[in-house]
Amino acid sequence: MSVVTNTTTIGAIEAPSRRNTELMLLAFAVVIPVFAYVNVGLAIDGELPTGVLGYGLGLGLLAGVAHIVVRRFAKYADPLLLPLATLLNGLGLVMIWRLDQSQRLIERIESRFGPGSFSPDAPKQLMYSAIGIALFVGVLMVLKDHRILQRYTYISMAVALVLLILPVFFPAVNGAKIWISLGPFTIQPGEFAKIIIAIFFSGYLMVKRDALALASRRFMGLYLPRGRDLGPIVVVWAMSILILVFETDLGTSLLFFGLFVIMLYVATERTSWIVFGLVMSAVGAVGVATFEPHVQQRVEFWLNPFADKTWEQSDQIGQALMSFGSGGVLGTGLGQGNSDLIGFAANSDFILSSFGEEFGLAGMMAFLLIYGLIVERGVRTALAARDPFGKLLAIGLSGAFAIQVFVVAGGVMGLIPLTGMTMPFVAYGGSSVLANWALIAILIRISDTARRPAPAPAPSPDAEMTQVVRP
Amino acid sequence: MNKPLRRIAIFCGLLVLALLVRTNWLQYVEAETLNTHTRNKRVQIERYAAERGNIIVDGKPITGSVDSNDTYFKFKRTYVDGPMWAPVTGYASQAYDANQIEKIEDGILTGNSDQLFFDRTMAMFTGEKKVGGNVVTTLNGAAQKAAFERLGSKKGAVAAIEPKTGKILALASTPSYDPASFAGYSGKDEKAWLALERDKDKPKLNRALREVYPPGSTFKVLTAAAALEHGKVDDINAPTDTEEPYILPNTRTKMVNHAQGCENATLNDAMKVSCNSVFAKLGDKVGRDNMVETAEKFGFNAEQFTPVRSAASVYDTKMDRPGNALSSIGQFNTATTPLQMAMVTAAIANDGKLMKPYMIDSLESPSLDPIKQNEPEEMSQPLSAKNAQLLQQMMENVVENGTGSNARMGDGITVGGKTGTAQHGENNSKNPYAWFISYAKTDSGSPVAVAVVVEDSDASRDDISGGGLAAPIAKAVMQAVIDSKK
Repeated sequence: MSVVTNTTTIGAIEAPSRRNTELMLLAFAVVIPVFAYVNVGLAIDGELPTGVLGYGLGLGLLAGVAHIVVRRFAKYADPLLLPLATLLNGLGLVMIWRLDQSQRLIERIESRFGPGSFSPDAPKQLMYSAIGIALFVGVLMVLKDHRILQRYTYISMAVALVLLILPVFFPAVNGAKIWISLGPFTIQPGEFAKIIIAIFFSGYLMVKRDALALASRRFMGLYLPRGRDLGPIVVVWAMSILILVFETDLGTSLLFFGLFVIMLYVATERTSWIVFGLVMSAVGAVGVATFEPHVQQRVEFWLNPFADKTWEQSDQIGQALMSFGSGGVLGTGLGQGNSDLIGFAANSDFILSSFGEEFGLAGMMAFLLIYGLIVERGVRTALAARDPFGKLLAIGLSGAFAIQVFVVAGGVMGLIPLTGMTMPFVAYGGSSVLANWALIAILIRISDTARRPAPAPAPSPDAEMTQVVRP
Repeated sequence: MNKPLRRIAIFCGLLVLALLVRTNWLQYVEAETLNTHTRNKRVQIERYAAERGNIIVDGKPITGSVDSNDTYFKFKRTYVDGPMWAPVTGYASQAYDANQIEKIEDGILTGNSDQLFFDRTMAMFTGEKKVGGNVVTTLNGAAQKAAFERLGSKKGAVAAIEPKTGKILALASTPSYDPASFAGYSGKDEKAWLALERDKDKPKLNRALREVYPPGSTFKVLTAAAALEHGKVDDINAPTDTEEPYILPNTRTKMVNHAQGCENATLNDAMKVSCNSVFAKLGDKVGRDNMVETAEKFGFNAEQFTPVRSAASVYDTKMDRPGNALSSIGQFNTATTPLQMAMVTAAIANDGKLMKPYMIDSLESPSLDPIKQNEPEEMSQPLSAKNAQLLQQMMENVVENGTGSNARMGDGITVGGKTGTAQHGENNSKNPYAWFISYAKTDSGSPVAVAVVVEDSDASRDDISGGGLAAPIAKAVMQAVIDSKK
């Protein structure tokens, strides 16, 4: 009879899980928006907003649930992602609520759709946030290992294509066909498509990366892959241009194209892809801009935001720029700016200018750095991931996030032409909040796998032999 | 795969950096430009967000604010006797910006001025509502009323100054407009604004400050001043050796005299009956450059800031001899604002010292504490006290015995004046302008100098109309000032 005991001196090194750090940061991420909420109430009505307790508890509860689920199902996950997303979501809710109080925006709606037609957006956004966190919880609970997603590479491609093509069959809203409406709900499928397409790219590139990287011919200093490897790339490039043309959605096509180039570059490690991507996007952009009036108009608005003609058609860019300007270095203070002058889409596409005006330059820098941090944690996750699929998916998702933030913020601030995309987490809109919570969930899942300590080595067969034989 | 990942990380970092640079550019470098952009409604919104301070005359506000229950512009500007005070206050319209005092002192009136920083900070702690400060003017309500009512339905302007200090006492312009009629931004306001814009009588034009008229014979006092200052005349009662008819230098053009007895007249007599020939010859004798020098000392060829900007009066610095001779009697291309002629008169009445004209006496904080008190300031000394007194003699002679008899006041008040009728239009085809400049003097010096111009439709002969149309208005204004001092 022998007693089997593990006497190996090399145990698994317990990496700190950092869950308590996350909890502490989450507390900040809840308290800061609650203070902001109180601040808006005091600035606008001179008294504490009546919903402050409910709002604080609600946000706290959501954050708490998310935290417990992370603690249980993704113990080693990156501790920064959840608090950062919660903070953005909470501040977004405050700003949407603040814009709900704007008499000008209420009047604007009521003069268009009749008295009583105004309904506040903040409660809806709170509901979307709850569903978003539910989705976050669901992803973490169901998706035990991100590598499972690899199995759905080609299904993802099909789903993504369907999602992208669907809006063509629905009427355009404000010049862009990016919506599908199902009864009372409208969904922006592009938001979800960006995640699904990242999954497809990761799966496809993981399989093809060697073929793409090595089986290529040198042509004018560039490595050109074989046609059968290049096929899907051309399809995606064509697709993003087609989306642009038929749905007049500049942002989404830019996002997908950028996403694809980034992932291809990471997968093949060939700089020529960057050059190739830039050339193709330049050709595509110039080609489309020459015959698509919607795009031409956007460029015109961007170049001359204050021209008479621009002003007549859409004063939004100009108004947004003036919002930023009037915020100055320290901002006007929550509830005390006039960012509602933007009117249409003030709490969705243009919500950043409200932050710019009321939080000022200081607030905007903090804001952009929060986004920067999320991206940075995503890239770090990609670096730490041990499997190529995980690496590709993590860099794809964080790259998409970065490009989206850049395109939206750059558009609102007049750095690049405006496109109709939403600022992740802060802008009003169900699709956006849901999709971005799912995105964070997947990143947390990958980071958990990446940071999880290696399993304890199996009991070594040698152990038997070195046992002390008792007499 | 980590090398490209690190490069992508740098790329993402660059994207965020670009956004950071851009936000710094917008919110720090460009902030001022964007904030003052004409398309930026915030200036207007801020202007009417709180109860605006008032413009004060004789201790009483001539402006006001009403709550308009509007989501853009909470308060709306109201005006007491709008048309009468419009040339002083300007307007503050929700749709059409603001001008004059309403615009220049916007910071004080809205309460946003840095000068009110202390008050704002105090109000923040005590929780008081933000209100604007007040602008106290130098104007005299009675004089303004007299000027505006006497101008009546005639087109014209009046500017009155206190010679000792440069305080503006009256600034009237007719036809005028009511700034309250377009203070809001409704359809009604737009209609009122457009009607004013289209009106060919230009009611929005501030004729006292912004319109330049040929000064006609009133300019002769300036020519006389230049002659005395540059030593071309010593004795105003000595014959001037002027031939009749006088031929303009270098030409064959005869100078037309409407007055009688100008041949070889003395300067005093020439002034009394307003001889063109005598002054044209005198101006020629003084010479262009000396004429320019004196005119500029009086304020010509420069805008005046009262602080409302006036148009620059013109005495051409490059004209030839005959042009200078013609200019010396206020014709050719000489042109002045009523304010400028009031300044000329005030300098003479103040023994040669020209005080800088101003119409804002002081600025008050919302709690009525003084923030800034304007003090009288000497602008120049265009002529010596002795020469000024000689000019006073001549101008008083004009009122006592000459063309300005309509301005006589009696009761121990001495009045000096000069009439003028300026021809304009090609071949004098248009109706002339009737001018009158004058000052009143009591035992304690001169309390008022005034310039009146009437764009006259009836005037036909030199001087008669200046004396007939404009002098009674000047007299009423001077009377109002003297009465209000009692």
